[in-house]
Amino acid sequence: MADLLNVQGLETQFRTREGIVHAVNGVSFSLKEGETLGIVGESGCGKSVTVMSMLRLIPMPPGKVTAGTAMYQGKDLLKMSNEEMRQVRGAQIAMIFQDPMTSFNPVLTIGRQVAEPLETHMGMSRKQAYARVAEMLSLVGIPNAKERLNDYPHQFSGGMRQRVMIAMALTCNPQILIADEPTTALDVTIQAQIVDLVKRLRDELGMAIIWITHDLGIVAGLAERVNVMYAGYVIETAQVKPLYANPQHPYTIGLLGSLPRVDQRERRRLISIEGLPPVLYQKPTLCPFAPRCVYKVERCMQENPPLMQVGPDHFAACWVDTATGRMRA
Amino acid sequence: MSTFLIRRFLWLIPVLFVVATITFFLMHAAPGGPWDRDTTARQVDAKTQKLLSEYYGLDKPILMQFTSYVFGGKNSKGQFVCGAVCGNLGISYRMKGLTIQHYLFAPPEDKPFWYSKFGYSLRLGVYALLFAIVVGIPAGIIAALKQNTWIDYLSLFIVTIGISVPNFVIALLLILIFASGLGWVSIVPNSWDQVDVWILPAVVLGFGTMARTARMTRASMLEVVRQDYVRTARSKGLAERVVVIRHMIKNALIPVVTILGPALAGLVTGSFIIESIFGFPGMGRAYVTAIGQRDYSMIMGTTLVYALLVALANLSVDIMYGFLDPRIRLTD
Repeated sequence: MADLLNVQGLETQFRTREGIVHAVNGVSFSLKEGETLGIVGESGCGKSVTVMSMLRLIPMPPGKVTAGTAMYQGKDLLKMSNEEMRQVRGAQIAMIFQDPMTSFNPVLTIGRQVAEPLETHMGMSRKQAYARVAEMLSLVGIPNAKERLNDYPHQFSGGMRQRVMIAMALTCNPQILIADEPTTALDVTIQAQIVDLVKRLRDELGMAIIWITHDLGIVAGLAERVNVMYAGYVIETAQVKPLYANPQHPYTIGLLGSLPRVDQRERRRLISIEGLPPVLYQKPTLCPFAPRCVYKVERCMQENPPLMQVGPDHFAACWVDTATGRMRA
Repeated sequence: MSTFLIRRFLWLIPVLFVVATITFFLMHAAPGGPWDRDTTARQVDAKTQKLLSEYYGLDKPILMQFTSYVFGGKNSKGQFVCGAVCGNLGISYRMKGLTIQHYLFAPPEDKPFWYSKFGYSLRLGVYALLFAIVVGIPAGIIAALKQNTWIDYLSLFIVTIGISVPNFVIALLLILIFASGLGWVSIVPNSWDQVDVWILPAVVLGFGTMARTARMTRASMLEVVRQDYVRTARSKGLAERVVVIRHMIKNALIPVVTILGPALAGLVTGSFIIESIFGFPGMGRAYVTAIGQRDYSMIMGTTLVYALLVALANLSVDIMYGFLDPRIRLTD
């Protein structure tokens, strides 16, 4: 199937008092129609900035997309006029955000806020839009949706608000839904409900999804393909099954080792990755993970490894073949 | 909502009582009196002073003076006269035979209420506040949206002037430029029914408030610009104009409203200096001269009017909060 979205060599930088932070460094990936892509990594590794750069939602200044293309339907999102960009946002590529508490405007009613994309993109009247909003809210499982249109965000619980957020993103039947850690701020039972809801809606509506999270468990059940990010680089990418069965990059191995598993008989200690991810003020001349890596060799300190093919449709950015301990190149 | 209003109105009673108590005893603690007790310095002789004191009740014990001012008491002829609780603010020692409420609130004959001293001050205060809002809020919004551009720096410059330069200096500057220099407005009115003579007093009086409003709006907008819901609004593909007007401004104005209520009270009571410079027939002047003259009932009367205005202004801010911010529900 053809690529719906193709991102090549995306680079984003932030100008700060301490210097230029290289937040996204040459990220490339593609998304097929109806595909679900998981982007996984620790906080501050550039997951959110990657998708925000694509939709040009990062604050500029201090942020700046310095290189790359993001082709969507034959057009580069990064070079569109502001007007064209607005017609894509919300209508064709919609987003849901991490914190459902702060992502709604506290002084506008839910109906008002969910109706906005319909009025903007579909040219609906207020009345038509509200009728559709009520339908959408029932679809995501808000009880008495019609009566709740005039309620304010603070009158909803966190989980309900995230459902409303999903309804708001899907009102215009977008082709791509970007979910930026939508379950992080919710407790575990609500998380499962939200994930199930998104799965159901994906099967009904058939949109492609980019799901950003640091929770590998959620991605395993939801995504078809996973990008693991570290310090603004994609360091491993593969289909879900090979990635979980046979992780190649030491960082991915570390992430998976830090998860408790119910399918293992013997008790084992959870592994944690020592240290913190770096903030890059310069393009690194060494592998950015090397300082925390248990597999590191001399070359890791001299040259940053590119993504290398390690299996069918499986790429990792590591000089060392972690399974055998041999050098890759 | 109605319970809230009733409770808040009932709260006015202790507030005003405390204000009256403090003012009354401070005022009497200050040395001197309405007719100076030093007989060598003034023409009023001891006998006249005694008669005057008897007439105004100043010979009575101070606690009794207080209760008769606040609640009522017998006058020199032995009749009961109700006090401040009935809205009777007392007889002025200087304006012969005039009660304070008459002096402040009664318009000249055949004129509507807003020609009274209080009415003039109220009108000037409202115009000054309108100037502060109409100029200050848009200036703050634009400065925030164009942060760190020349527009931002220009507005910051004007705001700094407005906050740090005393308003009588600004008054003189503006008179020099716009009245004496350019001759655009007159400052010596034949009548206060002329429109142009109101411009300079209102602008000068409102200048400081305008500056504070602009500064606060700017800070508040900068806060809102970074909020997650603004990003959400953009992610929906809304036009920038809609994002600013619908999603930012209402949120940004909530804290600004807090300063506007008390500001109106301050502006209505006016500034003695501004009223003097422009020869304005308002109550600000009465307020300050009364202190020098130890015109006790005038001091008490104007203070109570001022206190009531501040209290009502704060109350109206609380009510407006309820309309602006749905998270605040006005219950008990």
